[in-house]
Amino acid sequence: MDRVVIIGAGECGIRAALTFREEGFTGTIDLIHGEPHTPYERPPLSKPCADGLSLKPIMGALDLGPNKITLHQDLAATAIDRTAQQVLISNSESLAYDRLLIAIGAKSRPFLWNDRHVPNLAYLRTYDDAVRIFERVTKGSRLTIIGGGFIGLELAVQARSKETHVTLIEAAPRLLGRAVPAEIATVIEARHRAEGVEVICGANIVDVDSKGSITLQDGRTIASDLVVAGIGSVPVTDIAAAADLVIDNGIAVDGQLRTSDPLIFAAGDCCSFPHPLYDGKRIRIESWRAAQEQGAHAARAMLGATDDYQSVPWFWSDQYELGLQIAGLSGEASQTVRRDLGDGCFILFHLSDNGRLLAASGIGLGNSVARDIRVAEMLIAKRSLPDPAALGDPALKLKSLLTA
Amino acid sequence: MAEWIRACATDDIEDEDVIRFDHAGQTFALYRKDDQFYATAGLCTHEKVHLADGLVMDYVIECPKHNGRFDYRTGAAKGAPVCINLKTYPVKIDGGDLYIEIG
Repeated sequence: MDRVVIIGAGECGIRAALTFREEGFTGTIDLIHGEPHTPYERPPLSKPCADGLSLKPIMGALDLGPNKITLHQDLAATAIDRTAQQVLISNSESLAYDRLLIAIGAKSRPFLWNDRHVPNLAYLRTYDDAVRIFERVTKGSRLTIIGGGFIGLELAVQARSKETHVTLIEAAPRLLGRAVPAEIATVIEARHRAEGVEVICGANIVDVDSKGSITLQDGRTIASDLVVAGIGSVPVTDIAAAADLVIDNGIAVDGQLRTSDPLIFAAGDCCSFPHPLYDGKRIRIESWRAAQEQGAHAARAMLGATDDYQSVPWFWSDQYELGLQIAGLSGEASQTVRRDLGDGCFILFHLSDNGRLLAASGIGLGNSVARDIRVAEMLIAKRSLPDPAALGDPALKLKSLLTA
Repeated sequence: MAEWIRACATDDIEDEDVIRFDHAGQTFALYRKDDQFYATAGLCTHEKVHLADGLVMDYVIECPKHNGRFDYRTGAAKGAPVCINLKTYPVKIDGGDLYIEIG
């Protein structure tokens, strides 16, 4: 194996490229980056930061040259020719590969009205998106956010810090329905309301006009200077599908992140994989840390490693002074144990029928839940069956359960 | 100029644990492991997060936000997403109190 091509220079693609070098690979590495900027971190685009919006290069993005990794910037991969083993790129060149990694990520789920895109509707995904949005998020302007997920809520935090009027519309009965327990979503919703965000859950939109005015079923009309939709993301699968790779909620890969073509791997937001900790259920993870880990894992697998990717899913969000962290997947849980840490901080442990810890979700001031969530993550990885009474007792050090 | 500052009582830190100590506009992280004490800069070199909220396992402190890891004896960064080492400070114990040398 002499030639590696990587499509996508986000956290996943960059980490994969550098892992090849860390593992001693001496062949060529071509990294295709669809944006005009130095590869950058996405979390700062929506997460609060006192210094305002800035482009923060991904760690290692500035080390590509010294590592002899060729970055093809502002160029898209347009097709994969599996027979010739080459990737066509938008400047009409082609790049030959012995192994190919698709780390192309996800895109914003489009908000369509009467099957059409809404004029002037914005999405927050890229640095350029963020620049366009924050130009218009100013003191006294009116921002409407469609979708009560993390992107919308983090944007609301930033907008309130600039004294923008914020209305947030969610179709479901509560915020963060997909990934966050109701007890925690309630805390977050209350915090946004206290900050002056008008939160409308259970909203049924009946009209969106060409100026972005939104009418709800209850008769309210919401006019705004900017509408941003944050209604989830969809994996980018078009070139994989065009190359007849198997697609199943993303590019379908096996435990080693290999697609249906043994020379092609996929990792990060664009792929779905069977998770060994959750009965091999096929999942897709949109998370900063998973993107990095999967990039590294795929690189090692392409170099011959045979272990399966099985890290515990983990993510965080900051909401004003509150920090939320979640480890694991709570979908199959049948009981919940609450651990109160004081100052309104608490952690929920989600256990299966037979007492196995499947997930833990916590919220508190700053990073006050981080340590316990990290221990919970290790317990989840070990398939532990912790004593529920111990989990619920804040006087007992959670770390002691690791050796129990 | 270097000076020794009393940081805390040694009993304020549990074994294999970390606490935060602020002094004169600076923040530090203090560690205890098998009755040895260590001091480092208090903020992660990646995104200025307080390390004292992180988890200590053996001689490693892990950032509570992005899981950057450092050996707190030497300050050595242990891989992505951290690449810049953590500053460390000399410590001494005097009469049940922990002092760190800063400046």
